[in-house]
Amino acid sequence: MEILMNTTIFVPGLSHFLVVSALLFSLGVMAVLSRRNVIMVLMGVELILNSANINLIAFSRFTELSLDGQMIGLFVIIIAAAEAAVALAIILNVYNRFNTINLDEINLLKG
Amino acid sequence: MELTTILFYLFASVTLGSATIMVFSKNIVHSAFALMFTLMGVAALYVLLYADFLAATQLLVYVGGILILILFGVMLTSQGYSLSFKTITVNLLPASLISVAVAVLLIFAFLSTDWTISEVAERSDTVYDLGMLLMGDYILPFIAVGVLLLVAIIGAILMSTRLSAENNGAS
Repeated sequence: MEILMNTTIFVPGLSHFLVVSALLFSLGVMAVLSRRNVIMVLMGVELILNSANINLIAFSRFTELSLDGQMIGLFVIIIAAAEAAVALAIILNVYNRFNTINLDEINLLKG
Repeated sequence: MELTTILFYLFASVTLGSATIMVFSKNIVHSAFALMFTLMGVAALYVLLYADFLAATQLLVYVGGILILILFGVMLTSQGYSLSFKTITVNLLPASLISVAVAVLLIFAFLSTDWTISEVAERSDTVYDLGMLLMGDYILPFIAVGVLLLVAIIGAILMSTRLSAENNGAS
């Protein structure tokens, strides 16, 4: 086991982080597609944003992108904060009007 | 075996495991708490990638801000008690097919590409360089994002105050 773990393929490199972010992305897609609670869909979107961020920062660590990748990641976090605030305000308005937050039951354009 | 390797696998498994719990849990409060551990694991992965300032920002903004907002959303939109915390799962088969296909395609693309890896020097801290970049090359996006946050805050406040005004008028 010790010998196995010392081989270079297990040392975390760029592709290890990319695989983690790909799995996180697919879990986020799963949450967005299969759950019908609006807040669960919002959490899935947060997972997707985080997986994109891991990609950006992994590339900034392992390639010549350097600090630019971290900078873009910072802006992604800021925009995610703005998105969450506005989305929850919208969800509260929708709940007030339709008395539900099930996505399939919210089907009117004019409330 | 290096400490970094152990830490990477530990935090990657924490992140992915709690993300799985978040997606498949029936109780939305459990989902929110699993999301907290996912975000903390992602912050730890940022530290492993020499992004200490981003890890701190991740903890402050996501765990301290967005997660609290989500919990408030859960509390304010629940009719009754634990009954409505249960959330409905639909389209289970197509959704899992699509997400597995996405995962397989992405992992195949990531592993089959020949990335040109250049080892950067180990960074002690990134705050100074990030600050210089923000005031230099990134000054325009910095201002734009400030305006965006202002607009988002004003919009959220307007929407929620209109909500409470309607409630008062109705009652």
